[in-house]
Amino acid sequence: MKFSRLAFAVASVCVLSGGALAAQAQAPAGDAARGKAIFARVGCYTCHGFEGQGGVGPKLAPGPVRAWPVFSTFVRTTSRDMPPFTTRNLTDQELADIYAYLTAVPASPAPASIPLLMQLGGRSGLPCKRALPCPGAPLFYAPTA
Amino acid sequence: MSKPEAKKVDRRKFLAGVAVVGAAAVTADSARAAVLPNGQIAPVAPSALRPSTLMAQVDNGVHAPPAALGTHAGLTQGRPGSDYMLDVIKSLNIDYVVTNPASSCRGLHDSIVTYGDNKKPELITAMHEESATAMAHGYFKASGKPMIALCHGTVGLQHAAMAVYNAWCDRAPVIMMIGNSLDATQRRPGVPTTHSVQDPGSLIRDFTKWDDQPTSLGHFGESMVRAYRIALTPPYEPVLIVMDEDLQEKGFAADAFPVIPKFVMPTAAAGDPNGVREAARMLVAAENPVIVADRAARSQNGVNLLVQLAELLQATVIDQGGRMNFPNLHPLYARGGGPIATADVVLGLELTDFFGTVNNFTDSAEVTQGPRVKPGTKLISIGMGDVYIRANYQDFQRYQPVDIAIGADAEATLPMLVEYVKAEITAARRAVIDKRGQAAAAAFANSADRMRTDAAGGAWNATPISTARLSAELWAAIKNEDWALVARDQSVSFWPHRMWNFSKYHQYIGHSGGAGVGYGLPAAVGGALAHKANGRLAVNIQPDGDCMYAPGALWTAAHHNIPLLTVMHNNRAYHQETMHLQRMATWRERRVDRWKIGTTIENPNMNFAKLAESMGVVGIGPIENPNDLAPALKRALEVVKSGEPVLVDVVAQPR
Repeated sequence: MKFSRLAFAVASVCVLSGGALAAQAQAPAGDAARGKAIFARVGCYTCHGFEGQGGVGPKLAPGPVRAWPVFSTFVRTTSRDMPPFTTRNLTDQELADIYAYLTAVPASPAPASIPLLMQLGGRSGLPCKRALPCPGAPLFYAPTA
Repeated sequence: MSKPEAKKVDRRKFLAGVAVVGAAAVTADSARAAVLPNGQIAPVAPSALRPSTLMAQVDNGVHAPPAALGTHAGLTQGRPGSDYMLDVIKSLNIDYVVTNPASSCRGLHDSIVTYGDNKKPELITAMHEESATAMAHGYFKASGKPMIALCHGTVGLQHAAMAVYNAWCDRAPVIMMIGNSLDATQRRPGVPTTHSVQDPGSLIRDFTKWDDQPTSLGHFGESMVRAYRIALTPPYEPVLIVMDEDLQEKGFAADAFPVIPKFVMPTAAAGDPNGVREAARMLVAAENPVIVADRAARSQNGVNLLVQLAELLQATVIDQGGRMNFPNLHPLYARGGGPIATADVVLGLELTDFFGTVNNFTDSAEVTQGPRVKPGTKLISIGMGDVYIRANYQDFQRYQPVDIAIGADAEATLPMLVEYVKAEITAARRAVIDKRGQAAAAAFANSADRMRTDAAGGAWNATPISTARLSAELWAAIKNEDWALVARDQSVSFWPHRMWNFSKYHQYIGHSGGAGVGYGLPAAVGGALAHKANGRLAVNIQPDGDCMYAPGALWTAAHHNIPLLTVMHNNRAYHQETMHLQRMATWRERRVDRWKIGTTIENPNMNFAKLAESMGVVGIGPIENPNDLAPALKRALEVVKSGEPVLVDVVAQPR
C-alpha cells in the first residue's frame, strides 16, 4: 500500500512539473485498434468493462484519461486490488497501445440527450467504489457469474 | 415394511373427535379474522400471514379425514402415519412443500396429494434437491413464511447440503424434511438400504439450528412443532426433521393419532436496557455516527424503525444488503464503505462481518490489512451472532473487538434504542444533529444528476449491453407495477440500487448468504411463488453461470404457472473466476492470456432463450443491441402479467 502511494506521488510530480519532465509526460505512440484487442486479451475489461467504462474497477474512459505518467506508473507498480502488470506480461508498446485505445473511446452521450435516463430518479455512487471489499460485500463474495 | 397394527378404528370415537374439532374450528375462525373498524370481518389471506395457533386449529379442522380402513391383507390397515404427519404440517399453516420426488418420502408424498388433496400445503416439483432448498430459501425471504423442502434421505440431502448452508448463512428458516429407514429388518434391500443412514442430521448439523429423527408419531408431532418454532425464533435458521419410512407407512387407528402440540409464534429477544441506553448515549454524543445494517430488518417494521433511528440521529446508514434495510433514495442511505472512515461511532446491526466492515483487506500478492476506521472510533454491535453460533464453518468471520456488544435481535431492540435516543437528545445536540442532516441533504441534492452522468458514461450504447442500460430499461418497464426484485444486483454493479426506488421490505430479498452458486434461479422462483399470492411482479436479474447450475428451476416455474420475469445478465463467463485467474497470472508474471481457460462460457455461446423455451418458459433473445431491449422487455412484461414466467436473454458487459 505504501509503495503504491509513493508511486502515485512520483507520478503526480511528473505531471505537475514542467520542462524536461513535461516531455516525459507524453505518451509514446500507440495503436488504438491494437490496444482494444490487448485490453480484452490481457483481461483489463474484466474489471473495467470492454469500453473502459468501469465496473468492479474504476472508470478509465471515455473522458479525461489519466495522464500517461500516472497511468503507466500505476499499471506497473500498483499493489492495490489491481495487480501490477510488469513488462514480462505487458510490454511498453502494448501498454501504449492500451492507452491509445482508452484515449480514443468516443465521448459519452450527454444525459440530457437520453430521454430514458432523464425520466429516472436515483442516486449517484457505486455502492462500493473500491475494487474490494465493500463492507460485508467484498468483490469475491457473492455467487455471480 | 412391518405389519400394520391390529387396532380397530372406533368410528364412534372418530366422529366425536371430528365434532370437537369442528366446534373449535368455528371459534377459532372467528377469532383469527381481523375485525375492521366498520365491524365487518376482513377476509383472511392465509399465504400472506404468519401462522398462529388459532389458524393452525382452523386448518387442522376444516378437512374431513378419510377413514381409510384396509380390509385385505396387503392394504394399509387404518390410517397411515404420514396422514398424522400431514396434520401436523397443516397445523403449522404451511402453504407449500417443495420436493424432488423420493421413495423414502413416498408415504408423506401420498398423504399430501391424496389425503390432503394437494392443498395447503401444495406440492411444488423441483428438479434437484439443491433447487428445492433454494426455492424454500427465496420463498421465505419474500413471504416471511417457511416452506418445507422435502428430500430423499442421504443422496437427496447430500444434494441439498450446499443450499442448506446458504440458508444458514442467510438466516433463512428452511424446514428440511427427509425420509430414512431406521429398522434394518424392515428396509427394502439394495438401493433403499444404501440410502439409509444412522445419523442423517450429521451431514448438515454444522449449519442447521436443530434436527431430530423421531421414532413415534407423538415424537414426530413434538419435534416437528419444536423444529418450526426454533426455526422461527430469531436468528432464523434452517432445521431438519427426519421421517422414518416405517412410521410414515404404517397404519394406525385414528384414535391412536397423538394430539398435535400447540404452536405459538416465538418472539425475538430484545437487548438489555442498560447496554441499549449506553449505546444511545454514545450515538447521540457522536459527531459523526454511522449505522451499518446487514440483516437488521426482518420486516417492513424493521425498515421503518431504522428510518426512524437514522432520522433522529441524522446518521448515515450503510445498507450492506443482506436484506432490504433502508430506502435507497433516502438522503441518509449509503452502500459503500466511505462513511466508515470518518465515523466516530459505528453501530453495527446484525452484521455478518463486523471485522470486514471496519477493516481494509487487500487481496494482492502481499496481503495488506488495517483499520478502516480512525483511531478512537467507538463500535457498537447489536445482533444475534454471538448468541447463536457454530464452530466448524467460518461464516462467523473474523473476531472484531467492540465497545458495546448487545447480544439481541436488532429489529426487536430498535424500539428501545429509538426511545433512549429520543431521551438523550438535548437542544444542543439537536442543533448538531440538524446541521448534520442538512449536510446530508445537500450532498444528496444533485445525486440523481450524477447518477445519470455515470450511466450515460457507462458504455450506454455499447455492445455487449452495459449493465447501466440493462438496469435502466428494466426499471422503465416495471416501475409502474407492484414489483419486487428477487435477486441480488451485484453482478450488474448495483445499478438497480442506483436507479430504482426500493422503499418496501418485500422489494429486495438480499443474496444467497453462503455464496454457494446455484442459488439465484431457484431462489427467484421461490420468491416469485411468494409474490404470486399478492399479485406482485417478481423480477430476477440472473447471472448466466449461476443459471446453469439449476436451469430446471425454469421448468418448475412453467409447470406451476409462477409468473417471473427473468432477465439474463449473460456475460458468458463465470466472471468472478476470470478476475481471479487474471490476477493470479499477473501476480506470478505469467501469461495473462490464459485466464479464459476454464472460466468462460463461450464456444459455443449459451442460448438462454432456447433453454427457457425447452422447458415451457417463453424465451426472448438473445438481445445484443441495446435498442432492442425496450421492445423485448415490453413483450416480456405482457407475458409475465398473463401469469407465466418469461426469460429475456441479454448479452451484457461483465459488470
